[in-house]
Amino acid sequence: MHDKTLTELRAGLQAKDFSARELTEHFLGRIQARDGELNSFVTVTGEQALAQADAADQAIAAGDQRLLTGLPIAHKDIFCTEGVRTSCGSRMLDNFIAPYTATVVDNMAREGAIMLGKTNMDEFAMGSSNETSFYGPVRNPWDTERVPGGSSGGAAACLAARLAPGATGTDTGGSIRQPAALNGVTGLKPTYGRVSRWGMIAFASSLDQAGPLGLSAADCALMLQAMAGHDDKDSTCLNEPVDDYLGALEQNLDGLRIGVPEEFFPDNLDGAIADNARDAMRELEKQGAKLVKVSLPSIKLSVPAYYVIAPAEASSNLSRFDGVRFGYRCEAPKDLEDLYKRSRSEGFGAEVKRRILVGTYALSAGYYDAYYKRAQQVRRLIRDDFARAFKEVDVLMGPTSPETAFKLGAKADDPVNMYMADVFTIAVNLAGLPALSMPSGFVDGLPAGTQVIGNYFQEGRILNVAHRYQMATDWHQRIPGAFQ
Amino acid sequence: MSSSLHNGWEVVIGLEVHVQLATRSKIFSGASTATGDAPNSHASLIDLGMPGTLPVVNKEAIRNAVRFGLAINADIGRRSVFERKNYFYPDLPKGYQTTQLAEPIVGAGEVVIQLEDGREKTVRIHHAHLEEDAGKSLHEDFHGQTGIDLNRAGTPLIEIVSEPDMGNAEEAVAFARKLHAIVTSLGVCDGDMSQGNMRFDVNISVRRPGEPLGTRTETKNLNSFRFMEKAIKLEVERQIDVLEDGGKIVQETRLYNGETNTARSMRTKEDANDYRYFPCPDLLPVLVSEEEIDTLRAELPELPDARQARYVEQYQLSDYDAGLLSGSIATARYFEAAAQHGGDAKLAANWVMGELAARLNSEDKDIADSPVSAEQLGQLILRLKDGTISSKIAKQVFEACWNGEGDPDAIIEAKGLKQMSDTGELEKIVDQVIADSPAQVEDYRSADDAKRKKKIGYFVGQVMKATQGKANPQQVNQLLQQKLAP
Repeated sequence: MHDKTLTELRAGLQAKDFSARELTEHFLGRIQARDGELNSFVTVTGEQALAQADAADQAIAAGDQRLLTGLPIAHKDIFCTEGVRTSCGSRMLDNFIAPYTATVVDNMAREGAIMLGKTNMDEFAMGSSNETSFYGPVRNPWDTERVPGGSSGGAAACLAARLAPGATGTDTGGSIRQPAALNGVTGLKPTYGRVSRWGMIAFASSLDQAGPLGLSAADCALMLQAMAGHDDKDSTCLNEPVDDYLGALEQNLDGLRIGVPEEFFPDNLDGAIADNARDAMRELEKQGAKLVKVSLPSIKLSVPAYYVIAPAEASSNLSRFDGVRFGYRCEAPKDLEDLYKRSRSEGFGAEVKRRILVGTYALSAGYYDAYYKRAQQVRRLIRDDFARAFKEVDVLMGPTSPETAFKLGAKADDPVNMYMADVFTIAVNLAGLPALSMPSGFVDGLPAGTQVIGNYFQEGRILNVAHRYQMATDWHQRIPGAFQ
Repeated sequence: MSSSLHNGWEVVIGLEVHVQLATRSKIFSGASTATGDAPNSHASLIDLGMPGTLPVVNKEAIRNAVRFGLAINADIGRRSVFERKNYFYPDLPKGYQTTQLAEPIVGAGEVVIQLEDGREKTVRIHHAHLEEDAGKSLHEDFHGQTGIDLNRAGTPLIEIVSEPDMGNAEEAVAFARKLHAIVTSLGVCDGDMSQGNMRFDVNISVRRPGEPLGTRTETKNLNSFRFMEKAIKLEVERQIDVLEDGGKIVQETRLYNGETNTARSMRTKEDANDYRYFPCPDLLPVLVSEEEIDTLRAELPELPDARQARYVEQYQLSDYDAGLLSGSIATARYFEAAAQHGGDAKLAANWVMGELAARLNSEDKDIADSPVSAEQLGQLILRLKDGTISSKIAKQVFEACWNGEGDPDAIIEAKGLKQMSDTGELEKIVDQVIADSPAQVEDYRSADDAKRKKKIGYFVGQVMKATQGKANPQQVNQLLQQKLAP
């Protein structure tokens, strides 16, 4: 069962080939047997999952099969789940059980989804390798000496290893797309404001967006269909109708204009990575798409702009973790100052502290104009670049990541090198655009991903492009040898 | 800038006023703004700053801020932006206060104040912005620990920032009273200073005329107009003393204690936080359309200046009296009700500004809590007007009414305070008094006209004493003059 996509499992449940309980037990069994090698889950909610599965079986028997009824989903541990610990990969929230549930999780549950558990992640989603988690690094199922990417590393790894058939993630600078690429799965970051942020622990509020990771574009479409929509509880969640993503999948690609930004193929890019992305585009060309050269001159500034804006927002967002009302509190504080200092020093890991310091500095009196304000101006330039490009083309494509999965620890002491792992994904967050990463082959035996970027609210179009690609290729069906 | 010198020093005062908006729910959450309930009973997930929760702006708070802006003829920010003011404090759950800085909802405006000598003065408003209140730290009853009550956290406030246009305590208090009158007339705030629903922080500096502005201090915790006046005088004296002794003023925040009329330094500028303001990414800019502004403008209630003009016109009151009576919505409501029930605005005005004000003042009561209701005062005025009681007896009735002995009519009846109107009975008493005072009669009769006017007072007093004050003084006077004539 675990080699099947959500779409196939959904059909199987409908045909009563198996029950939701059987399906859920199967995946719970796989997690129990194999996750020791990967560490992709922080919490497994077996009992609740089985109860949800039984309810799903009853619903199916009663003829009430919704979008996700009976389908087991792994939620990133950044989404608050009532009664189940939400750690955000941090010691700070190791004891935190929210009395409320994130809209994303609620929306999917309303469509019948079953929660298998909560997946491991970089602490507070800050990282590109899943090495900053308080619960230890996640390992890449294609090579367990390598990282799965981050910050949604647990989500991508458990999918690739077929420990779960669908997963949720969040993407602030590439946290869905980069791990999707490094694990050979499909991941979609929707338009900023397409999916509610309520109940999703904030890293950088103006960039954070939740999205699905799946074994195929069709699976992502199925999950997004359930996740997306307006939410009165999130002022930045847009009141736009949700398109029919599933219905748009099969549309042919005749006349599709694919923009190829020269900046996505810099001279120093690994030739094999560049060739991999070009091959993917050539495949789409065969299906009637036209390739158009475009330029996004400002995106070379996206990494520095991002590493001002995201830490600035994070430094403020993470102030609430002060040891007073919830989360980690140091032992026997002497006074208020001691309570703050030790709770935060002991509760946060090194990368989180680094970003709080950077963000605090960037917002400080006398530096605000030089850093934060400047970065916001760059952000506008980047948005304008994309807007110009989308006058000429329908989608933009290039490699998702400049490299395949690297060895654990390889970049642990080189934050700037680590930050460059997001060079192709970050600009999309700064502009607020939707983008996905789809598996497009292998480089030296490791998965490589190609990114498809769309204009605002064009999730349907980019899913359609990826689906057509996946109809002609089988990269997305490859399973790591050890996890067949 | 200053209106008068103080021992050769010019005083410069500016105010920062926090006005708690009387919305039913908080500015960014659906929790109630009710007060007086158990600690943390109105603290929602958002007010607690729980991870993953997000703010949604209360539209009524926006409307209230716009109403205030329109009332002071201010530029309304068609686009205003919430920012985060970052600092750590236990009663600030998110570690930042959501407020406005660069783009406030209310821009520059002005408020005209009337002074006791009849002068008018315009105080400019720099801007007013929307923000959320913090919670409260409770230091008592926690065995050395501090309790946190977040019921107030997230209550909507507007902070009004004046230009340093006031030159003494009187002007500052007049400005504060005027703002109080405006926000209570608009109904955007209940104006209860003792509950902190309206809080005034006073920035004070002094300088020699013509010199640049001196270093200022900020005085907080002024929970009545009286304390505000005293605190300003205290701080002005202190600054002048320091400077005349060759010292320097330190920029600091000072906390006033009304009970002891003293103030102490809370923190100096050196302790000031770097608040690292930046636009709040969880909230969109607030947009106010022309249409909305027009609608709100059309719906504005009568404001203090208009009410004052109406009192002059409708009740023929002096500008000053009309100003006093219209200066607070509670006083205005009381006065108008008393005038209506008593059928005499002049008498109502005199009683409200005289006996009632004195009594309220002596017991430190608000007019809204007056033991004598406007209806009761109206009844008292009716009885005065129809001659049932004299003004002297009226004071006695008022006192009884204040003490909860019932309505004026009931008190007059129960205590037999009705004025004697029977001339025959009064004549007997007058005759008796004359018969009992042969020496005084002789003395009176031998005096000239001017002296007689004084000497008749003795007989009037005796008659009033004999009638327990119930006699009509005019009638007594007349009778005595007749009977004492030689």
